[in-house]
Amino acid sequence: MDRPSDRLETDRVGNASAPRPAGASPQTPAAESFLVRVLRQDGPGLKPYWETHRVERAADMNCISVLQKIAERAETVEGKRVAPVAWECNCLEEVCGACTMLINGRVRQACTALVDQLLADRPGEIELRPMTKFPVIRDLVVDRSRIFAALRKVKAWVPVDSYLDMGSGPRQSQEDQELAYQYSKCMSCGCCLEACPQFLKIELVREKGESETHFRQRLDEANRQAFLGAHAIAQVELFNLNPIGSMTARQRLDVLTGEGGVQICGKAQNCVKVCPKGIPLTTAIARANRAAVRHVVRKWFDL
Amino acid sequence: MPSPRVVIIGGGLAGSAAAMKLAELEFDVSVVSLTPLKRSHSACAQGGINSVNDLTRQLGDSEWKHFDDTVYGGDFLQHQPPVKAMADWAPRIIDLMDRLGVTFNRTPEGFRDQRRFGGTLYRRTAFAGATTGQQLLYALDEQVRRWECAGRVKKYESADFLGVIRDEHGRACGCAVQDIQSMEIFVLPADAVVIASGGCGALFGRSTNSMACLGSAVSRVFQQGARYANGEFIQVHPTAIPGADKLRLISESARGEGGRVWVPRRPQDPRPPQEIPESERYYFLEERYPKYGNLVPRDIATREIFRICIEERLSVQADRMCVYLDVTHLPRDLLDRKLAGILEIYEKFQGVDPRTAPMKIFPAVHYTMGGLWCDYERTNDGELVVGSPRNQQTNIPGLYAIGECDYQYHGANRLGANSLIACIFSGLTVAPGIAAYVDAQQRRPAEAPASVFEQAQRAHREQYDRLIARGDSGPNPYQIHQQLGATMTRAATVIRRNPELDAAYQEVCELEEQARRAAVVDRSGWANQNAVFVRALQDMFPLAKTIVRGARLRDECRGAHYKPEFEMPAVDSSDPQERRRQAEHWCDVFEENNRRWLKSTVASWKADGQPEIAYEPVDTSLIPPRPRLYGLAGADVIEQAWRNRQSRRELQPLVHVEP
Repeated sequence: MDRPSDRLETDRVGNASAPRPAGASPQTPAAESFLVRVLRQDGPGLKPYWETHRVERAADMNCISVLQKIAERAETVEGKRVAPVAWECNCLEEVCGACTMLINGRVRQACTALVDQLLADRPGEIELRPMTKFPVIRDLVVDRSRIFAALRKVKAWVPVDSYLDMGSGPRQSQEDQELAYQYSKCMSCGCCLEACPQFLKIELVREKGESETHFRQRLDEANRQAFLGAHAIAQVELFNLNPIGSMTARQRLDVLTGEGGVQICGKAQNCVKVCPKGIPLTTAIARANRAAVRHVVRKWFDL
Repeated sequence: MPSPRVVIIGGGLAGSAAAMKLAELEFDVSVVSLTPLKRSHSACAQGGINSVNDLTRQLGDSEWKHFDDTVYGGDFLQHQPPVKAMADWAPRIIDLMDRLGVTFNRTPEGFRDQRRFGGTLYRRTAFAGATTGQQLLYALDEQVRRWECAGRVKKYESADFLGVIRDEHGRACGCAVQDIQSMEIFVLPADAVVIASGGCGALFGRSTNSMACLGSAVSRVFQQGARYANGEFIQVHPTAIPGADKLRLISESARGEGGRVWVPRRPQDPRPPQEIPESERYYFLEERYPKYGNLVPRDIATREIFRICIEERLSVQADRMCVYLDVTHLPRDLLDRKLAGILEIYEKFQGVDPRTAPMKIFPAVHYTMGGLWCDYERTNDGELVVGSPRNQQTNIPGLYAIGECDYQYHGANRLGANSLIACIFSGLTVAPGIAAYVDAQQRRPAEAPASVFEQAQRAHREQYDRLIARGDSGPNPYQIHQQLGATMTRAATVIRRNPELDAAYQEVCELEEQARRAAVVDRSGWANQNAVFVRALQDMFPLAKTIVRGARLRDECRGAHYKPEFEMPAVDSSDPQERRRQAEHWCDVFEENNRRWLKSTVASWKADGQPEIAYEPVDTSLIPPRPRLYGLAGADVIEQAWRNRQSRRELQPLVHVEP
């Protein structure tokens, strides 16, 4: 055995022979385990079904490591061999937004859903379900392309002339930067949409003989008509606050006052409660409403 | 004539920067990514982005000093012309990002604020809270979306790159891709292909990298003949927090804003850290490196933390190695304005508020300095020829590499906040180079005969069908991955020893053999993550072998590559004359070592499934190598001896040796 001490912490699971730093962290008793109920679905439009897995408890676990364990074992509590549960994730530190799902009924990122806390709140079992406002692709993976379609619709970008060297951007007060930064942390995860009573699921099925292009057009049209959602309204605020972005503010306000715009918001205020980044979504909606009213009045009087 | 076409693999900072610039140059651009662009790993970069700026300039800073800090930090292993160009362009790149709406922190007067980062004495780092990478990525993602609306860019955001396709002249003429939902395999003809797929943290099991940092796109082109350089240089970041699924980074910006690293002087002092008086705290970085303090470069900080925990047995905890990273003495409003992003990560995952209690941290695998070998064109004066088709081009014509997956900018150790600038710089500058390359082609590569593409598609389809038909009786791929991670982390990270590297190479070969038989439990033809993972796992081995072999052969210490057996001689005598003699000897060894090892490792993949390692001289024509000591306490005698040696040389006629 080589010197166990002068190494980065190696794998703490599954490999008894792997050297560890002197006296690696104490493991919780091996016998302790918990159940994970997963709502699975093999593909779009297919019938969902529940499946239960048993997972050994270990130190520092979150729902990502739970799903990793399930993939590794790929066997239900009944001892049935199954395909690993499909799920989406990337950064594992709540900055990419990928691993959003319903955990014990609450929409959140799987990476920051810590097992110790979940089991303290509800001993013995964790329940994982896909988001309900987006079409399921497989298991916990959903199609959130509508979120990005909304960003296209509201023109969520700064329309610079070119990428050539034109000097720095405009100076900005600390206050304006801090406000903008709050909105610009939005990672397009979809929590606000899952919680919104006015944001309704759109699930279209490609018909027999329908071309990909035609299907896309139909989907784009359905997305165009439907509610943008809190995240996109907050992005309008972000870009209309930006000194360069504000030059095209009217284009974004046209979208906000059009079909699927800010008027659909029913002010349930669920969005702001579930946002993992604490973005002031209701403030953004209130400001967008005021700007929208001014914009419409101006258009009436052709100002 | 239709617009020229480029396919970019990866949509992080480098890939997105290239996409928007190529779109502006009227290319038709496709971006292939495993995740939506906005969810790329660049989002994890926290601390900031470097450039000389109006403030530091008045304190004596310059583009040259940024360049100098970068090559000194990289232990002189970079070709200098591209690095100089990066430092020269950096201020303009940050101006551009500012115009694109990045929410950089501001001073009370409304200018961009800057902080200090490791390996420099200047406050050169612009930042947006502690989520700078995320903010830069979003700004570029927004521009790519704008071009998408304009019909210039098409995104494939759940697609796995399978391989580059080459025409009869050997030029890249497109690539094969698999949609990882429909599992359909298709080809994208292109006049040039750009790999921008990031690092390969997955080889080390758990690291600070995202799950998509598999290294598979790089490995696939490596196996197709692209060269891979300086693979053994892997950055281990000094400050991360452990987790069962990943090791989460706590940015260098915590130290840049005044955070201090310490351990109790009494081993495993049981008192809460707040109750340990100043006199009983050991601020080991500040004591050993009075000039740079807590902001020594990462390789040095990491080794010092190891030394404290292992040799001096001063780990904060007995059952887990860690040291304190303390920001509790900093004002609340500064923490909230400038560091909230990372403090929230610590709080969310550790359940402790770092504003009131010091964080417990330990090093973790973080960055791939090595990568695909790529070319550059220089003038006689050692300047980069901007817009040359050779810049960022791999040895496969028309195949380019940018961002973390190229090897060009960071040498043996990357400085903090230099990755973001290198990613955007390489992404922006590759565009005019590709335009020049495409212009120079007699026939557009994308117009290769249909049979070339059909054949590639068929071959990849057959390969996938064989994978899926393998069944579930073989070894467990997830466990093989954990074992690979354990082996790589043990043998090929902070401290490397030849017997262990030899053993690790054997283990990697054995694991590779198992991976070839690994079970594919999922037989589904829809969104089959299991099959995609097994394929990615198999492709980890060529890079793992290259890293271990490169480390085994390089018998020296340079930047992140450290072998105790080849450590520089001690300068420790208390007799001044003897000490000077030791320093002279040190300088002799240093010069001899550079003659032997100041070379890029360049690996090629061979048909027998092994890497072949060759070496290439490094262009150090602008800044000659010098001892890299960072003002280590007691080492001034070496610096003095070196300076004397250099000034003696300057008196003699120069013999210029072309690199």
